Amino acid sequence: MAVGKEIKTKIASVQSTQKITRAMEMVAASKMRKTQERVLAARPYAKKMGQVIRHLAQARSEYKHPYLAERECKRVGIILISSDRGLCGGLNSNLFRKFVGQLKDWNEEGTEVVMASIGSKGEGFLGRLGGNVLGSVTHIGETPLLEDIIGVVKGMLTEYDEGKIDRFYIAHNDYVNTMTQTPEITQLLPVYTEELDDQLTHHWDYIYEPDAKEVLDQLLIRYVESLVYQGVLENNACEQAARMVAMKSASDNAGTLIDELQLIYNKARQAAITQELSEIVAGAAAV
Amino acid sequence: MSMTIHVDIVSAEASIYAGLAEMVFAPGELGELGIAPRHAPLVTRLKPGEVRVNTGKEELGFFISGGILEVQPHLVTVLADTAIRADDLDEAKALAAKKQAEEALADKSSDIDFAKAQAELAEAAAQLQAISRLRKSR
Repeated sequence: MAVGKEIKTKIASVQSTQKITRAMEMVAASKMRKTQERVLAARPYAKKMGQVIRHLAQARSEYKHPYLAERECKRVGIILISSDRGLCGGLNSNLFRKFVGQLKDWNEEGTEVVMASIGSKGEGFLGRLGGNVLGSVTHIGETPLLEDIIGVVKGMLTEYDEGKIDRFYIAHNDYVNTMTQTPEITQLLPVYTEELDDQLTHHWDYIYEPDAKEVLDQLLIRYVESLVYQGVLENNACEQAARMVAMKSASDNAGTLIDELQLIYNKARQAAITQELSEIVAGAAAV
Repeated sequence: MSMTIHVDIVSAEASIYAGLAEMVFAPGELGELGIAPRHAPLVTRLKPGEVRVNTGKEELGFFISGGILEVQPHLVTVLADTAIRADDLDEAKALAAKKQAEEALADKSSDIDFAKAQAELAEAAAQLQAISRLRKSR
């Protein structure tokens, strides 16, 4: 019977799409767990680093590092951290919307912006956006290494050292839970040290080897790098979670579509049979 | 019981060791350091080498490729580097990042095109809204 050939083909094609989205959902789910573990593994370093920096801010050091000092803000630098691949719902476009909003605010204040990107989606976006782009790194994969981001961060820090930018931010997605990821813009420099450790309020200072400047230089560079790295890991976890959710709803939608098409197909088939029957009956009656 | 000091060895990618020790040895930039409990506060850069932790029962060794050591009277923190670091290496990476950006953005203008960006984002938002509306109407 030739009824509903097109519908049959359509059902088959939706089914194969559903197979793909379902596979992607499962892959994303297992990757999500791994990326979350990686975020947790990297946390102690940033936490310890933060602790040491807080101690340093409290130690009455004779040397004041420029990364710790607030200065008048004329130009800012920002690194946009995004995913390398798409098919993850509104994750990147939500982040880009927040990013553009912030750029607009800066534009109205007359603050100039220097940008850099991590991830190909962000690179593409900055390309279309225009403006002053300092550096870019893409395809760092699901196991990002600190080594991968050194270049971009170094570029920004050099600008900061030379006084070409007065503040340094990152824009990335913050992992709240599997269903929720919020775009965030975080200030990295100057380092903001508000919480003080009560036990260390008396006058004291470290012994620095070889001297305060060199140790602090290295420490603060590592600190900024670790924060950017955290941002990348966090964004990675967000990407997998968002992809998992997006693919789940795609599979569900494909399921509903198949059900609907099946219903249409059955009705068409039924109608054809009824018509044929009534034709036969009418033909028999005529004879 | 003898006095102990808490030791944390962490790198940006993972936590390597946490525990108590009687003595810690680290390759400081100005020479090998031995840290016993109640050492004065100290911050130093580390050279590539081995950090040894003496727990009283055994001695554990961890190889690091550089980093920073912080000492508080009851706490030793080793912030280990994971990559091999040198100023010129970092510089080379910065240049590579810059080159990639220049290649990717060869034909861009230096002014930020807000109108275009917002049109693009509005389109994406409209798509998402349409999808969610469609889903609700089902």
